Amino acid sequence: MNGDVGWWGLAASLVLVVVALVVSLVRGLRLERDLVVAAVRAVAQLVAVGYVLLVILDEDAPLVLAFAWVALMIAIAATTVGRRAPEVPDVTRLTAAAMAASSTVALGVAFGLGVFPLEARVVVPVGGMIIGNALGATVVVARRVVAELRDKRLDVEARLALGQPSAEAARPFLREALRTALIPQIESTKAVGLIALPGTMTGLILAGVPPVDAVRVQAAVMFLILGSVAINVVVVGLGVSRSMFTDDHRLRR
Amino acid sequence: MSENAGVAPLFELDGVRVDGDDGEPILHDLTASIPSGLTVVLGPSGSGKSTMLRLCNRFVVPAAGTVRFRGDDVAGLDPLTHRRRVGMVFQRPTMFDGTVFENLLVAAPELDRDRAGVLLERVALDPELLDRAGEVISGGEAQRATVARALATDPDVLLLDEPTSALDPASTRQLEQTITDLVAGGLGVVWVTHELEQVERIAPDHRIVLVDGRPADAHETDHYLHAEPLDHAADEHPDHHTRDSSGGPS
Repeated sequence: MNGDVGWWGLAASLVLVVVALVVSLVRGLRLERDLVVAAVRAVAQLVAVGYVLLVILDEDAPLVLAFAWVALMIAIAATTVGRRAPEVPDVTRLTAAAMAASSTVALGVAFGLGVFPLEARVVVPVGGMIIGNALGATVVVARRVVAELRDKRLDVEARLALGQPSAEAARPFLREALRTALIPQIESTKAVGLIALPGTMTGLILAGVPPVDAVRVQAAVMFLILGSVAINVVVVGLGVSRSMFTDDHRLRR
Repeated sequence: MSENAGVAPLFELDGVRVDGDDGEPILHDLTASIPSGLTVVLGPSGSGKSTMLRLCNRFVVPAAGTVRFRGDDVAGLDPLTHRRRVGMVFQRPTMFDGTVFENLLVAAPELDRDRAGVLLERVALDPELLDRAGEVISGGEAQRATVARALATDPDVLLLDEPTSALDPASTRQLEQTITDLVAGGLGVVWVTHELEQVERIAPDHRIVLVDGRPADAHETDHYLHAEPLDHAADEHPDHHTRDSSGGPS
């Protein structure tokens, strides 16, 4: 491949991190520790993942290993969401369920309709991109739903007091939270190619694939991501909103 | 509805206990009866007035005891149907986004403009206000509009949780007049307040004084009614998300 980065290349790319370290030291920003930890962790994680992928992506390896890897990514993502949205009740389980559903749909479409060949080397990165992109939006929607319903408690209770079911009373606030969570994804889909060259395409071009071929792959990946992020956000938003109410349509504290 | 609906009091609370977030009871073993007409629930801040009101529309569920509406256990009623028979008006006027008419439509989606106009007239508002945005009308108008909105579900009774605490004196008088007119028209009203002067003005048919989550005895009632209320300062800044879990402002 033309995009080969040797160990020496990897070390060389750390030069900028070293520059940042020096700036931090000189200016007394105290970012050194975080920078070093982040860089070391990234290298360690990626190297470890690289060796695992070596096994999973081996042509003789059973395909089920690739799906197991996707399941593991979902578990890690759900745990991360749980940590980043601690005030949201039961969000880890909800996220795991939503991500399992949205990845199944997205991978089902990708392979069922023949967008990509059903191979481990496709399952793992496509699954990773879907889950990775859904993660941020999921944190946003979960936290927004809780914040909206708490901030607008008076409004929500005024609606409940009129005999509205909780799903209806929450709807204006749920809508707001869903918009907030999805807009970044929609905006970046709109700006794609004009401002940023997205990851898949960048990777393929770096690896020497002709740009037009890279574009086709990128577009397919983007649609899968947009669709699955939307599914994920809606499922989590509805689930969190529901968990904020009792069965007899009272807003929980 | 039970067969004794005609004669049963509006609400009966029987040995009701409600616990707060901290496990401390907000109401203990409260037994009270609220007949038809205008009933005022009085008491110092934190005495459990709002919680008692919220038991009546099932915003709060008792940990022990029973709440009955016209003889029927509220726990056995469909909460949504029940809430349409038992309207509630809150401390602050909470107009939803949109016009006054759209606000009324939230309560009664099938409402036409003529009937919406009649609802506004019942609360002494000009039907011209129907097309005004809820956020541009005055606080007093907004609070009367929320009364009209509560009336749109055609309730038997209105629960008022210190409805004038965010209003100026003139708007307060207007709302008091509106409510006493509605009571004269046959509507049941349960009015939570801490203002003794207000109680004088609206001349309720019945009075319940709460102290520490239970009905006050004769001595405490006398003390409360004739001493300067201690909790004015606290109640003028209705920030009350501190105590009860299942309850609300107390």
